[in-house]
Amino acid sequence: MGNMDDIIREFLVESNENLDQLDRDLVTLEKDPTAREVLASIFRTIHTIKGTTGFLGFSRLESVAHVGENLLSSLRDGRLLLNAQITSALLALVDAVRQMLVNIETTGQEGEGNYTSLIDTLTRVQEGEKKASAPAATAPPSPPAVLPPAPEEMSREPVNADPALPLGEILVQAGRVNSEEVNEALKLQHDGDDRHLGEILVEKGAAKPAAVQDALQVQAEARAPALSDSNIRVDVSLLDKLMNLVGELVLARNQILQFSSTQQDTSFLNTSQRLNLITTELQEGVMKTRMQPIGNIWSKFPRVVRDLATACEKQVNIEMQGKETELDKTIIESIKDPLTHLVRNAVDHGVEMPEKRQASGKSPEGHLLLRAFHEGGQVNIEISDDGAGIDLERVKQKALEKGLIASDQAARLSDRELLNLLFLPGFSTADKVTNVSGRGVGMDVVKTNIEKIGGTVDIQNRVGHGTTVKIKIPLTLAIIPALVVTSGGDRYAIPQVSLLELVRMEGEQARKGIEMIHGAPVYRLRGNLLPLVNLNHELRVEGSGNGSDQGAAVNIVVLQADDRHFGLVVDEINDTEEIVVKPLGKQLKGIPTFAGATIMGDGQVALILDVLGLAQLANVVSEVRDRGVGEKTAETESRHDDGESLLLLRGPDDGRMAMPLSLVARLEEFARTAVEKAEGRYVVQYRGQILPLIHLSSALTERRQEPRNSGPSEPGTEDEKIQVVVYTDQGRSVGLVVDRILDIAHQAVKIQKHSGRQGTLGSMVVQGRVTELLDVKGIITTADPNFFSEAVAA
Amino acid sequence: MAGKKQFSTFTVDRLLFGVEVEKVQEVIRYQEMTRVPLAPPVVKGLINLRGQIVTAVDLRRRLGLHERAATDLPMNVVIRHEDGAVSLLVDEIGDVLEVEEESFELPPGTLAGEARELIRGVYKLKDTLLIALDTDKMLNLVTTAARGA
Repeated sequence: MGNMDDIIREFLVESNENLDQLDRDLVTLEKDPTAREVLASIFRTIHTIKGTTGFLGFSRLESVAHVGENLLSSLRDGRLLLNAQITSALLALVDAVRQMLVNIETTGQEGEGNYTSLIDTLTRVQEGEKKASAPAATAPPSPPAVLPPAPEEMSREPVNADPALPLGEILVQAGRVNSEEVNEALKLQHDGDDRHLGEILVEKGAAKPAAVQDALQVQAEARAPALSDSNIRVDVSLLDKLMNLVGELVLARNQILQFSSTQQDTSFLNTSQRLNLITTELQEGVMKTRMQPIGNIWSKFPRVVRDLATACEKQVNIEMQGKETELDKTIIESIKDPLTHLVRNAVDHGVEMPEKRQASGKSPEGHLLLRAFHEGGQVNIEISDDGAGIDLERVKQKALEKGLIASDQAARLSDRELLNLLFLPGFSTADKVTNVSGRGVGMDVVKTNIEKIGGTVDIQNRVGHGTTVKIKIPLTLAIIPALVVTSGGDRYAIPQVSLLELVRMEGEQARKGIEMIHGAPVYRLRGNLLPLVNLNHELRVEGSGNGSDQGAAVNIVVLQADDRHFGLVVDEINDTEEIVVKPLGKQLKGIPTFAGATIMGDGQVALILDVLGLAQLANVVSEVRDRGVGEKTAETESRHDDGESLLLLRGPDDGRMAMPLSLVARLEEFARTAVEKAEGRYVVQYRGQILPLIHLSSALTERRQEPRNSGPSEPGTEDEKIQVVVYTDQGRSVGLVVDRILDIAHQAVKIQKHSGRQGTLGSMVVQGRVTELLDVKGIITTADPNFFSEAVAA
Repeated sequence: MAGKKQFSTFTVDRLLFGVEVEKVQEVIRYQEMTRVPLAPPVVKGLINLRGQIVTAVDLRRRLGLHERAATDLPMNVVIRHEDGAVSLLVDEIGDVLEVEEESFELPPGTLAGEARELIRGVYKLKDTLLIALDTDKMLNLVTTAARGA
């Protein structure tokens, strides 16, 4: 009996996978009804299910699958062309089969569902074909179970041949083609005809299309098991366990490496070096086993979109880019529902009715684009439609009606703040409640779920041209990059996702920099007041001697909690590190300021700060979700005054230069000795990758070449640091070596004097001084003409 | 074997305490601890037990006894608990003792305070008393204390 259970379980797993494939295939097929391979694959799947269910004694399931198979065989033989009606019937079949599989899984029985109407529909669709395309058929329409094989099928003999042979030989062995014809066709191929052998034979009339198809199927069936031999199914809990063990190993490795730095023994050092490499590879390998392409959850969307569009009488096509983008399994699971919701929203609310689209000069068919790509250690997912966009006036009206905002507030809201209203609980703009969306549960749940896994959601609205929802999520939850700080003598880790920037003030600046508003400390960050929170104070621990008010340096970690920015004052800022997140015991779950703990390289435990919890504790954000409305958030400012943040640098001839901060991925400092030369370019090793360097002084060739120490020609000769601005585009990075980074300024970019010189866009006045604006993309393109084109291809 | 039980014993503030041996995962010497700000005072810190993060509960504080002198380093008795391990900080580790069930008595009514909840009873040994702790209650109370904080 146990044996039988195993068989059934395997059948269930396999069939469920096959059914998902079926959904996809059917939607593809509807677009291109002549795609024979797709049709053949569908037929095979249903055929397999029918065969296995018959063997296992699930008669109801078998009979449903049987009718489907008949219909499919008519399609496959070209006696019937797929149309929307047939597709719907076949999708209904898939649903019925899936339902019975669920029953089998839960109860062991196929269930009492009545599928006669489905069988009738399938039969009717097939018979419709008979009346129309084969009026001469003498056989009266008969119930599906006893349907005689179609005449053409009778005339076909099974292809009996060794499946491992080439196509031509299979056909010859089966007696469908004679060997001269095959040889001739092969010769044509040899002479440069790039059609497939089967195509040549069919076009010459040497073989019937059906014969070639059968032969191909024989081949395909022979190949399929080979694929399954190289794959095994593994329990996810086993992978989780492995992942935990690897986490331990990484920590043990870190400790050994730290110890080895104090040792002289070469064989010990070599061994620990090897341990280091192996551990890193093992970690990557195990991480990979947990990674799944996002296509796994996207694959359901064509069907979702099709069904929904049909129900709304809209026309929508869906395009997916970056299906192969990989994400940790736990993350994949938790974004499934939010993504489905967003896709449904786009079809239901985003895309307009065909007539309306035509009236506004668009094609009647709406376009939905799903895009996924890696960027800066995060995964970006975008869902865009080319519909009408979000009507902000209506959003405002709805929010007023529902009492989410007050009327005087409404008038002051910027576009961006209006869009944020969509994320409030109980908000829905759908005028009528459809069974699809518009129930008022939605965007807030999407946002909460995405934020739960450390992600962010952002809406971009182009009125009349569509909406784009951008989601950013971390690659994995188990190992995260974090900033380590010290407060009260203990180390704390701050997840990098919440980190915006670091500010350090010394001496005079430190004394004057912090101002008080009725006891609440604030800092002026580029003209905006940043509320300050003292970590020692919030955690009720003593500072480490040189307290911030003693006039020593003040370290501010600028953090983002739920759209709100605040500065966390800490005793010391240590370093960024990859940390393994560990849960806290039940005894400590009630403390809101900690998200977990991790083990540092020296074996000590460090707590991970929960930035949102900390912000709530310090009243930076209130616990109730009534914030963000009508109040100024840092993000809105940067988008709505027409200013831009600029990074100020000292140029090669001592002049001041600026570049938009938005183009800067990171600022780094490398030892001059770390610069290496590869393929004629200067590079450094950076985060496990090779970062090509461009010296600003060599890029701006027209300048007076009087580089003090920064001669690109002799790296490694002096022991000092170089300042590098890292620019990242689509996963490729390049480092701009600059003389010195001066400051960050925030102001409108208005070029006052255009420049004809290479590498700059012109000059303008920043902070009262004439500053040249760098043409960053131009400089990179000059140094590496392929950078942008390769980045796109990558 | 009927009527006999094995206890892992330890001393706290010169009193002899015991926990059923099957509940004890291991006994280890003093470990560096990371304090947890805002945690209830009985939580002394977090220790790294071979990569697992374990909460350390100070038994002196838990039982309302005198504070340990700063120079005395506590030992860890790691208890298996429903959601992972918890360490009890004790003064010294004793032997594993086998006690007769007949020598058991409930705590006297004069035993007052929070400690009464945590003490299951007393085993009368030849020359001393062994106080049997109720680990479940002890750690659950920690939970409620943590919530209250």
